[in-house]
Amino acid sequence: MIRQLRLARRTGIVTEPAPAGPELERLGQQLGAEVRRRFGRSLHIRQVDAGSCNGCELEIAGLTGPHYDLERFGLHFVASPRHADCLLVTGPVTRNMAEALRRTWAATPDPKIVVAAGDCAHDCGIFAGSYAVVGGVAAVVPVDAVIPGCPPSPAALLAGLLAVIGHGAR
Amino acid sequence: MASLPYAAGVVAGLGGAWIGIAGMLGSTWTVRIESLVPLGGLELGMDPLAGLFLALVGVCTAGTSLYAVGTAGEPGDDPAAYLAFVGALGLVPLAANAMTFLVAWEIMSLASWMLVLNRRDDRTTQSAAWVYAVMTHVGLACLLAGMLLLWAHTGSLRFADWAAAAPALAPSVRGAAWLLLALGFAGKAGVIPLHVWLPLAHPAAPSHVSALMSGVMIKLGVYGLVRVSFEWLGPTPLAWGVVILLAGAVSAVVGILYALVDHDLKRLLAFCSIENIGIVLIGVGAAMVFRHAGLEALALLALVAALYHAVNHAMFKALLFLGAGAVVHGVGTRSMEAMGGLSARMPWTAGAFLLGSLAIAGLPPLNGFVSEWMTFQALLQNVRLADPALNLVFVVALAALALTAGLGAACFVKAFGITFLALPRSEAAGRAHEATLAMRLGMLAFALACVLLGLGPTVVVPALGRAAGAVLGAAAPGAWGDLATLRLTDGFAQLSPLAIAAALVVGVVTPLVALALAGVSRRRRRYETWGCGRMLQTARMEYTATAFADPFKRVFRFFYRPVRDLQLDVHPESRFFVRRMAYANPARSIFEEWLYRPALAGLRGAVAQAQRLQSGSASAYLTYIFLTLLLLLVLR
Amino acid sequence: MTAEIVLAVLQVLVVAAGGPLLVGALRTLKARLVGRRGPRVLQPYADLAKLLRKEAVVSTTTSWIFRATPYVLFSTMVVAALIVPLLVARPVLDFAGLVLLVYLFVLGTFFLALAGLDAGSAFGGMGSSREVAVAALAEPTIMVAVLALALRAGTTNLGGIVERFALDPLLAANPGHLLAFSALVIVMLAETGRLPVDNPATHLELTMIHEAMVLEYSGHYLALVEWAASMKLFLFMTLLVNLFLPWGMPVTAAPLAVLVGLLVFAAKLAVLTAALAVLETSVAKLRLFRVPELLAGSFALALLSVLSVFLLR
Repeated sequence: MIRQLRLARRTGIVTEPAPAGPELERLGQQLGAEVRRRFGRSLHIRQVDAGSCNGCELEIAGLTGPHYDLERFGLHFVASPRHADCLLVTGPVTRNMAEALRRTWAATPDPKIVVAAGDCAHDCGIFAGSYAVVGGVAAVVPVDAVIPGCPPSPAALLAGLLAVIGHGAR
Repeated sequence: MASLPYAAGVVAGLGGAWIGIAGMLGSTWTVRIESLVPLGGLELGMDPLAGLFLALVGVCTAGTSLYAVGTAGEPGDDPAAYLAFVGALGLVPLAANAMTFLVAWEIMSLASWMLVLNRRDDRTTQSAAWVYAVMTHVGLACLLAGMLLLWAHTGSLRFADWAAAAPALAPSVRGAAWLLLALGFAGKAGVIPLHVWLPLAHPAAPSHVSALMSGVMIKLGVYGLVRVSFEWLGPTPLAWGVVILLAGAVSAVVGILYALVDHDLKRLLAFCSIENIGIVLIGVGAAMVFRHAGLEALALLALVAALYHAVNHAMFKALLFLGAGAVVHGVGTRSMEAMGGLSARMPWTAGAFLLGSLAIAGLPPLNGFVSEWMTFQALLQNVRLADPALNLVFVVALAALALTAGLGAACFVKAFGITFLALPRSEAAGRAHEATLAMRLGMLAFALACVLLGLGPTVVVPALGRAAGAVLGAAAPGAWGDLATLRLTDGFAQLSPLAIAAALVVGVVTPLVALALAGVSRRRRRYETWGCGRMLQTARMEYTATAFADPFKRVFRFFYRPVRDLQLDVHPESRFFVRRMAYANPARSIFEEWLYRPALAGLRGAVAQAQRLQSGSASAYLTYIFLTLLLLLVLR
Repeated sequence: MTAEIVLAVLQVLVVAAGGPLLVGALRTLKARLVGRRGPRVLQPYADLAKLLRKEAVVSTTTSWIFRATPYVLFSTMVVAALIVPLLVARPVLDFAGLVLLVYLFVLGTFFLALAGLDAGSAFGGMGSSREVAVAALAEPTIMVAVLALALRAGTTNLGGIVERFALDPLLAANPGHLLAFSALVIVMLAETGRLPVDNPATHLELTMIHEAMVLEYSGHYLALVEWAASMKLFLFMTLLVNLFLPWGMPVTAAPLAVLVGLLVFAAKLAVLTAALAVLETSVAKLRLFRVPELLAGSFALALLSVLSVFLLR
């Protein structure tokens, strides 16, 4: 225990300042103020893997670490869609995952938003035209924002999510 | 027409309750008819303790008879035996001499045996009735031996005479008499290890009979123990009190442990009865120890707690058994693994069973909480005892009681949750029908009793104090607090169930009102249970009773010693393709394996040896007769 | 009489407001200890406010028990807040003691476990089963620790115990007291679902104990359940602080004394919170079937505490 405390003191806080990422593509109007109004400063996110290659998941996993630390902005990953306000969907929606994604979306209480992360979630990316995919996430559930990239880096993901919640957009 | 005897039962029960309550409030009388019973005649006497138990019998009879009006006329119904049973139950507390007591006791046992054997053609019922008959008559033999021993040494069969002559008895005679009588009464009460008949007989009997057996009959075992330990044999040695206290602690823990892993709804309730008798005996044992140490006030507190718990247990156990009866009636099976989703189809039964579960789990502000609280307070004051060994015994009993309380809550989460909540686990559960009006009224009566006993201890405890005081020969304290609050032994503890109930109601109403005022979204949407996006959501996904009990089975592995039975049905062409799997993980009863089976084997061995005497030769028999006569002449 | 009612209401408000604050402070501290900036201390308030604005999705397999449970759970916490000594040594509504407090928590757990079973999902049932198992195994420790306290103070009434120790500090300064404190700390970890018994931030359903029961809740139901859980943690910490370190507690209800007492209490609570944060970041979650061993250890500590009273008499 002492060793761990000493290590913590030596390392200190390594969180980097919030990224100012690239312009992100949005479907529809300015989300930030809207989300701010509806959710306050708390957005609970449920990540759904709709057939992804897990590249995006690895990048998303970096968000909870000390360097990117999404919790400082009021974002939080949750286990159950019932607890979630936002579905962060990755992967081209495969045929096997289409119904599961739909049910997850239906299980999430209103008001909710859907963020499609990665090129696959946007328009199937490199899997476009495959027999196994249904289409982008927008083909199954209504999408509010898209974070492009293959895979999007944690900084890009964080910038996209911050844009969604209107951080800094005052 | 078939319900007429039961309607008479309701009236008789109410009448008995009235006489009993009059007795509790101070009216004492005796009735003596010389000719009805041999060796002393029929003698009935009323005093506060007898009044208490008679009132208990009366109230329970009224409630269960009301319920039975709804199930009258069905196959296996035996109103004559039921009325005989109820009559005998009422006579036992009133009996004032040994023969009256034993005759009433035996009628009670025989009538209940006939009621247990209500389905003559069923093998399990037959064996249950057989075990019950044997155990109850072994108990009767012990009682007879004890009472005859006292008759031989005091010259009288009347209980009052025993109480008067007790100080003059030799300690060995007192000890032997106490041991025999305590064994007999403990066997009837279902104390570990004499409990084997209880989980067999109570489920086999019809539910209204089970309610009476669990609610009242086993309490008469406690009644006998209280009489023996406090009145008939005078001041008790310390060892008896410690034995009862530890027996109670063991019964409580073992009873609930077996209940946790049982999936037959009525057998689970039967094991819970063993647990609650254990709690009552903890109170009785504590009272005996305190009395020996001269702490009269604490002895009174402990005995009042024990009697209160006995009354409360009768009420909520009867409620639970009647509820279980309604469930079995509606679904057609006793196994919890086939139930589920019944709260939608049987809302009244579900509500009654929930109230009974809350009461038996000892949750405020119901009656089970108050009596367990009083028992805890009695045990917590053991610091007044000077002997550290006694303190340790009390701490063990305290820990056992706390463990029992926790496990009891877990057991009834399982009992109520698996039976009534979520989706039906079988076709029969999906088609279940609600209980009839009379059944519902019977359950409602007991539910009301549970609530009243829980909110009104300030009214009940003084009456119990009078009964306990009469038994202990101690003066009851002048005041047990005021109308709203129960206060014990100058500031050690206090409890106000009315205030707690009011606070709980305020606590529920406040968020309702506050959230409404704050304009919180009250939108609700119905959707399927979250199944991780799974396509198929059926009752097979639900947690089963076996699964619910699994953590307990693992933690108490050393006690249950479960046997793992896994049967795999593989494809004939490859053993890697499993077609069907059957898994069972039954617990083994250590009492059956280490106590009863060896005892029965020993008995059989001894009987086989004795059988050699029965050679069939007339000359050998004549020799035996001659030798016996010679022996008797010499011994004279 | 009015002063007493005002104090009682104030106490409930302090507990209701303090619960989320405590949880927020704990989360932030734990984050700082592992090198993250962490969420804001006031984040739980934002979470609760947001949840109150969301709709509630109720499963079709559930009964009225599912919808009633958040209110019952919250109600038990409100009643517990009324009887725990917080603002004054002797709480104003003096109608019960430690035994009632224990049973109030069991009442809340009972209903929550039923709600877990009600949804008809395997996760809910698993959470219920584990939660009642852990709660049942923690009971003997609590009662023996209550005995240890009652032995020294001569009463099980919470206010009486605190008053006794506040007026006679030397009573509380002995090894038996420390043993009872350690035992109750372990019980607190078990009952409130903190590491090493249960990780409140886990996403793996198979490792969940408390969280698994609330997976189905959403909207204002979830807000009430989470709030009640934070109040439970606050109440346990309050008990630990005020029963074992009662110095600085006002004995009378004078406003200035109450205010000073509240500040001292906040300081003590902050120290205990920091200690809890350090503990949680240092230990890993125990395998579920090792938890009974931990609880048995806490029982042994409580038993030693009681024995020390009898042996040193």
